[in-house]
Amino acid sequence: MKIKVFAGIKEKIGDDHIELQVQDTITVKELKDRLYIDYPELDGEVFQVAVNESFETDDSVIKETDIVALIPPVSGG
Amino acid sequence: MKQFEIVTEPIDIVKYQQYVLDEHQGGVVTFTGHVREWTQGTRTVYLEYEAYIPMAEKMLAQIADEISEKWPGVKTSIAHRIGKLDATEIAVVILTSAPHRHNAYRANMYAVDRLKEIVPIWKKEIWEDGEEWIGDSRHYHSSVEVDRSEN
Repeated sequence: MKIKVFAGIKEKIGDDHIELQVQDTITVKELKDRLYIDYPELDGEVFQVAVNESFETDDSVIKETDIVALIPPVSGG
Repeated sequence: MKQFEIVTEPIDIVKYQQYVLDEHQGGVVTFTGHVREWTQGTRTVYLEYEAYIPMAEKMLAQIADEISEKWPGVKTSIAHRIGKLDATEIAVVILTSAPHRHNAYRANMYAVDRLKEIVPIWKKEIWEDGEEWIGDSRHYHSSVEVDRSEN
């Protein structure tokens, strides 16, 4: 699964995406837990998860083919 | 150009009027957000904006849908610029039109507030002695239900 990252998270990761091996499906909560373990540099970063360009809550199920992105606090305007 | 868009070139605000004008509309409120050089005594040399473009444009359109529900008859157009912006340049333009002015003003305030909440755009301030991505993390957690009243 390819996960898009932006802004401060992108700088910390050093790339514009994260590759994560996922068996079939994963919930948003499971994804976040996995990311914080696999990427210690995300410690202290908060983000929402967008699936197919919509914000999703922790209990939402993500399929391997979905478009996933980490959305840190926005600051447009 | 599009009614809701993320752009990299300077914003020509007049061009967006075509999306909010028709024979029913009597007032257009145009808000432009500009790069501020001075914030509480700190000088910003320039700003760098980044966006998740397809989602950002979708969320801008969603704001317009929310406005149509709250104030039927109001039309909205929003453009946000990304990339490197210097002091005083236009970062965002929001146009709202209505048959009469009151709803156009109300809708415009609402649009700015929502843009700052739900549109995936990020601002980095570059100062003379450092830089930082700006973001307000209050209530920012995916266990918090987001407003989907437009659906």
